[in-house]
Amino acid sequence: MTKIYGSASEALEGLLFDGMTISAGGFGLCGIPELLIDGLVESGVKDLTIASNNAGVDGFGLGKLLNTRQVKKMISSYVGENAEFMRQYLAGELELEFTPQGTLAERMRAGGAGIPGFYTKTGVGTVVAEGKELKDFDGETYLLERGIFADLAIVKAWKADETGNAIFRKTARNFNPPAAQSGRVCVMEVEEIVPVGSLDPDHIHLPGIYVHRLIQGPHEKRIEQRTVRPRAATAGKGEEL
Amino acid sequence: MPWDRNQMAARAAQELENGTYVNLGIGIPTLVPNFIPEGVTVTLQSENGMLGMGPFPYEGEEDPDLINAGKQTITEVPNTAYFDSATSFGMIRGGKIAMAILGAMEVAENGDLANWMIPGKLVKGMGGAMDLVAGVKRVVVVMDHTNKHGESKVLKACTLPLTGKGVVDRIITNLGVLDVVPGGLKIVEIADGVTEADLRAATEAAIID
Repeated sequence: MTKIYGSASEALEGLLFDGMTISAGGFGLCGIPELLIDGLVESGVKDLTIASNNAGVDGFGLGKLLNTRQVKKMISSYVGENAEFMRQYLAGELELEFTPQGTLAERMRAGGAGIPGFYTKTGVGTVVAEGKELKDFDGETYLLERGIFADLAIVKAWKADETGNAIFRKTARNFNPPAAQSGRVCVMEVEEIVPVGSLDPDHIHLPGIYVHRLIQGPHEKRIEQRTVRPRAATAGKGEEL
Repeated sequence: MPWDRNQMAARAAQELENGTYVNLGIGIPTLVPNFIPEGVTVTLQSENGMLGMGPFPYEGEEDPDLINAGKQTITEVPNTAYFDSATSFGMIRGGKIAMAILGAMEVAENGDLANWMIPGKLVKGMGGAMDLVAGVKRVVVVMDHTNKHGESKVLKACTLPLTGKGVVDRIITNLGVLDVVPGGLKIVEIADGVTEADLRAATEAAIID
């Protein structure tokens, strides 16, 4: 049975329902599943809870789903780049569960590994701890965080073979592997689908067991903050890294 | 004269130990790599999934797949390694990162740190700051000693929502360097041209001798 689908809409068919929880890969606009986000927009599915480190920017990435009012709740660590997000949030139209970045990654990883909860020091003594169980281990206080079990994961990789064995590129890996693992079903978009046998098995970042459906680009891959250095010999001194 | 941003960054760079892995926050900490002392080699971690962070790319060589935690385009170095976010914060939570150098809005005499949220203003989120201060071995804060109204940011107790409780080890400001020790703060160093009286006057926290 092939995992390869012709478009985002085809790949999402039969997987969507109102009120569902979706894990999405990406950090900022880097490594986001832009085609599958478009597919969600086209589908009209609504009342979504989306676990994603960020919420895109106005009009791109998850920002598109905010514009169409398909999102009920975001589980994120940082949402600073999106004015429409702020407008909906401050108007009480959008729920937001702030989760520290590492806790969010671990919640996805844990859910994917069948672990319903774990203890971490992150957030102890802060608002993040409100309503959470505290427990001491070896004289240190930890708080209980829950694994994320998503109805669907949408992720983006660089290359995958036809069975979904996937390779990511540079920092575009980010949340994609843990997000993929956290989904009961995972749809992945890649820049290139390659024949089975053409990827070195020792170099697979995410095994195909986590990938149920697969589509191929093209991707816009928008840059959020374009920063460069001058080519002069003085490069590297006195400038912000 | 109090230290300027570059002098604060240069002082923070003196904290770096050869051969260690370090995470730098946004703001003044991003200037620290310009002042790494001769003979010291550190590997910079970017919590979005990279060890071995290089400088900004030359114009025309920006790669949308290669960014830092501030979402800025960057480059790799010969010993760069990439990994996913769960692994990245695993090494942070697991205490593998020797030091984080971070900016702050407020620090308290017990090491409490506030640097993510001002109530009533737009809330952007904590990002990875709470994970970093809870996980790395040593937290060094770099910030101005007072706010733009001249009020101390080195306090008896933080007024803003906390990023972490009792997490700060050393504070580097435009006026000097202070360590968090039992009972309060201890003066380590005073900026050139600043008097101890100036430093004490600008500090609300208890300074112990």
